[in-house]
Amino acid sequence: MKQGSRFWAWLVFGVGTTYFVLPLLATFEFSLRKRRGEYSFDAYRSVFGDPNFQATFTYSVVVAIFTILLGVLLVVPTAYWIRLRLPHLRPVVEFITLLPLVIPAIVIVFGYIRMFGSNSALPFLATARGADALLVIGYAVLALPYMYRAVDTGLRTIDVRTLTEAAQILGAGWTTIIARIILPNVLIAVLSGAFLSFAIVIGEFTMASLLNRPAFGPYLQNIGANTAYEPSALALISFAITWGCMSLIQILSRFAPRSANRPN
Amino acid sequence: MAEPFLSIQQVRKAFGATTVVQDFNLDVEPGEFVSFLGPSGCGKTTVLRMVAGFEEPSAGKIVVTGKDITRLKPNQRNVGMVFQAYALFPNLTVAQNIGFGLKVAGMPKADADRRVAEMLDLIKLPQMGDRYPYQLSGGQQQRIALARAIAPKPKLLLLDEPLSALDAKVRVSLREEIRSIQKKLGITTVFVTHDQEEALSISDRIAVMYGGKAEQVGTPFEIYNRPATKFVANFVGTLNVFEGTVTDAASGKVRVNSQEVSLQGKLNGSKSGDTLSLALRPEAISLGRHPGRDASLSGEITEVHFLGSVIRVRVGIGGSTVSLDTFNSPASPPPAVGEKAEISFSSGDMLVLH
Repeated sequence: MKQGSRFWAWLVFGVGTTYFVLPLLATFEFSLRKRRGEYSFDAYRSVFGDPNFQATFTYSVVVAIFTILLGVLLVVPTAYWIRLRLPHLRPVVEFITLLPLVIPAIVIVFGYIRMFGSNSALPFLATARGADALLVIGYAVLALPYMYRAVDTGLRTIDVRTLTEAAQILGAGWTTIIARIILPNVLIAVLSGAFLSFAIVIGEFTMASLLNRPAFGPYLQNIGANTAYEPSALALISFAITWGCMSLIQILSRFAPRSANRPN
Repeated sequence: MAEPFLSIQQVRKAFGATTVVQDFNLDVEPGEFVSFLGPSGCGKTTVLRMVAGFEEPSAGKIVVTGKDITRLKPNQRNVGMVFQAYALFPNLTVAQNIGFGLKVAGMPKADADRRVAEMLDLIKLPQMGDRYPYQLSGGQQQRIALARAIAPKPKLLLLDEPLSALDAKVRVSLREEIRSIQKKLGITTVFVTHDQEEALSISDRIAVMYGGKAEQVGTPFEIYNRPATKFVANFVGTLNVFEGTVTDAASGKVRVNSQEVSLQGKLNGSKSGDTLSLALRPEAISLGRHPGRDASLSGEITEVHFLGSVIRVRVGIGGSTVSLDTFNSPASPPPAVGEKAEISFSSGDMLVLH
C-alpha cells in the first residue's frame, strides 16, 4: 500500500516537473541553434551585446527601484495605520489593493493618458520625466496587491499596537516609531514585496509601451517580433531574473536576523 | 494638606453607548504603590490607559504634580509603562531596548550607556545587554521591560498586568523584585491586576474596581478585613456567606442557623426581623470548640482538600457549606469526609455585607 502511494506521488511529481521544465528546455535548446548545424550561445551574445538591451534593462531597473520606494512609502504607513487605528477599514483597503488584478493595465493606462495628458491640469505626459513618473506610479499600482499583502502579512507577525504604545510612552513620535520599530520588524515582508514588484516591472509591456517609455518589456516584444532565436534567449534571461528575485526572497528570509522575524 | 502626586478626578470613559469607567476618583501620594484590582472588564486597564494617554477620558481630568495632563499625548507625559505582553522591540538588543527612551530623549551616548548598565545591574541581568528578546525567558523579558520603562526616570510608573503571562513561581519572585525596585527608587506606581494575592502582597493601597467604579480604596489590610461592599468581600479572598435574621436590633443579636450571634455595632441601621448576609473568612473558623470563640455550629464534613501547609475543609451546615482552613500537622491525619464536626468562630469576626 505504502509502496503504491509512493509510486503515484512520484508519478504526479514527475508529470508536474515535466510540464514545467520541458517547455523551458525546449526554449533553451532552440535559443542555442542560432549557428547553423551546432549549438552556441550566439543568441545570448547578440542579446547582451545589443546596446538597446543594456539601455532598456537599466531603464527598467531604475524604474523598478523608484516603484519599490514609492510602494514602500505608500504601503507601509497605510497598512500600519489600518492595523493600528482603522481595522474596520481593512476589507475596503484589501478590496482596493486587489483592483489592479481585476482592471487590465491597458484600462489603467488609458485612464492615465486621458487624466494626465499634456492638456490636463496635471500634465505628466508633457515631459519625458513626467511620463517616467507616471510610469512609476502606474507600476506602483500594479504591484499594490503584492506589496500590500506582503507588508500586511509581516505586520500580522508583530503586535503592532503594543509595540507602538511601548515606543510612544518612551517618548517616540510617529516617524521614529515607523522608522525604528515597525519597518525593521517587517523588513523581510517589505523585501518580499519589493522583489515581487521588481519582477513585475522588469517584464511589463502594456504601460511602458502605451506611455512610450524605453523599458525592457517593449524591447522584449520588439526583439520577439523581428528576430528568431533572440526572443528565446531573452525569455530565459527574463525567467532567470524573475526566479533570481524569488530565490533572493527565500535566501534573505533565511539569513535575516531571527529577531526581526520572531515576535515575542 | 499636601498635594497628591497623581490625581484622577471624576474620570469617565464611554465607548459609544457603553460606559466602561464612571466617576472614577483617586489620589495617589508620592512614592505610593497603588493597585487597581478587579475582574476582567471592570475598567481597570482603561483607567491606566487614560493615565498613560492611550485613551482620552470622556469627562474628568488627570493631574500629575499639579499639572493637568488629560489632553497630553503619551510621548509628552514622562510616564513609564510595562505591558502584559512585554512589548520589547524584537529588532533591538536588550541594551538598545533599555536605551530606546534615552536615545529618543537625546541623551548623549556615553550617559545613555552608563544608564543602561545601571539598569541592567538593577534588574540583575548585567550580562544580557547584547542578547535579543527572543533569546530570553518570559521573566527576563519582563525585567528588561521594567528596566526600559524606568531608564528615562519617569515621574510615574504604570504596570499593566505585567505578571499575567508568567508562570506561578516567576510571578511571585518578580512581583517581589518589582516592589523592591519601586521602593528603592521611590517611584510612584500604579499596578493593574486581577490577581488578589498579587495586589494584597505588594500594594500600599488597593482600589477594588467593579463595573467601571472604584468599589473601595484602602490598604490591603482594610480591603481584606473590612470590605465595604458585598462585591469586595466576595472578590478578595474566600468567603463563607450565611443568611441571618436580626432578632434584636438594639442589642445586635442575629440568628444564624438556630445559633444566636452578637453583632453589636455592625448592624448599621437594620431592624429586628431583617434578613442579612453575613460572611466569615475561612481562617476565622476553627474545627471543634476553642476558647475565646463565642459561637459554634454543627454539621458534617463534605470535602477535604490537602493543599500542603494548609488543609481546606468544607462542612455542610443546614443547607449551606462552610469552608475553613486548618494547618497541616504531620502528627495528626486530616479529617475524613462524612465525619460529624462542630465549627466555632468569634462573632466579632463576622462581616455584615451591605
